[in-house]
Amino acid sequence: MSAQRLLELADDELILGWRNSEWTGIAPMLEEDVAFSSIAQNEIGHARALYELAARELGTTADELAFDRSPDEYRCSKLVQLQLVPDWARTIARHVVYERADQQRLEALKGSDEAELAGLAAKIDREEAYHRMHAQMWAERLADEPRFNEALAELEPLVDARDEHLPELGELWEEMTMVRRSVAGATW
Amino acid sequence: MVTAEQVWDALAEIPDPEIPVISLVDLGVIRSVDVAGEQVRVEFTPTFLGCPALEVMRDAMTDRIAALGAEPEVRVITDDSWSTDRITPEGREKLRASGFAPPAPRENGGPQLVQLQSKAFRCPYCGSRDTALENIFGPTPCRSVRYCRSCRQPFEQFKTI
Repeated sequence: MSAQRLLELADDELILGWRNSEWTGIAPMLEEDVAFSSIAQNEIGHARALYELAARELGTTADELAFDRSPDEYRCSKLVQLQLVPDWARTIARHVVYERADQQRLEALKGSDEAELAGLAAKIDREEAYHRMHAQMWAERLADEPRFNEALAELEPLVDARDEHLPELGELWEEMTMVRRSVAGATW
Repeated sequence: MVTAEQVWDALAEIPDPEIPVISLVDLGVIRSVDVAGEQVRVEFTPTFLGCPALEVMRDAMTDRIAALGAEPEVRVITDDSWSTDRITPEGREKLRASGFAPPAPRENGGPQLVQLQSKAFRCPYCGSRDTALENIFGPTPCRSVRYCRSCRQPFEQFKTI
């Protein structure tokens, strides 16, 4: 797989991880603070492993790929760029839409000829199974909720939109890279 | 000269940083130990990719092997070879004894929500199966939270992955 395609995946997971972490401390119930924080941690862990694969191909490091590109160089989907706090219905809709698309992508990668990538995809998928169960549980709870269904219709078309960079991605990038940019020579 | 057995014994003394009742060997994350002269190469697999204990484990292994007088090389392998099925029987018993319900065996197709919501999970304190899922996620990515209706005690359930 080309490094560019790997970056799409890694960027999706990194940015979604940050977006999910925005619920830490302010989710509608304590269980969801824990759930979204945990999911965020997993997604960022996946991003790191994917960046490491891409970094080897590109002769750079995972941290440089994650934090030293400009916001308009990111290849993440418009779906994950959106800042959805405090809208719970749209957050759950994004979760459902993303996990469904990610499952299809991981299934394809598990069958890849590149053994290392296939193995990593299979490992990621073991963790994602719990994200999907969490999304499924909420989709069942909100099945009759108009705001949730409207959000699904709104967000589904955004999965493959990768060429557009929303202003809110730039704002997130400022926050995400602030420490790294402020300390010269830092290695994190 | 150090032997592979000495290395395994040393690694068996390193506790999991987040669940210190079990060792890295109990957890099944050490995939191989190769000794060639003074060089010791260890391959290990993370449990969860985002696990913050990864670096702590790697540094602890490096230190222990260096303490044996060998030159350590610890390689992190992010393939699909680790599953909770690799936790040893001793490790499972240690988990249970300290109030962590050990993971259920992995079945084909992986875990399903309907299973988590069923009464298939046993309370580590009283042994009852009258337990309910409280939250798929818990204090670390590898754990869920359940509640035992019999002894009225919440407990942590190791996820099956």
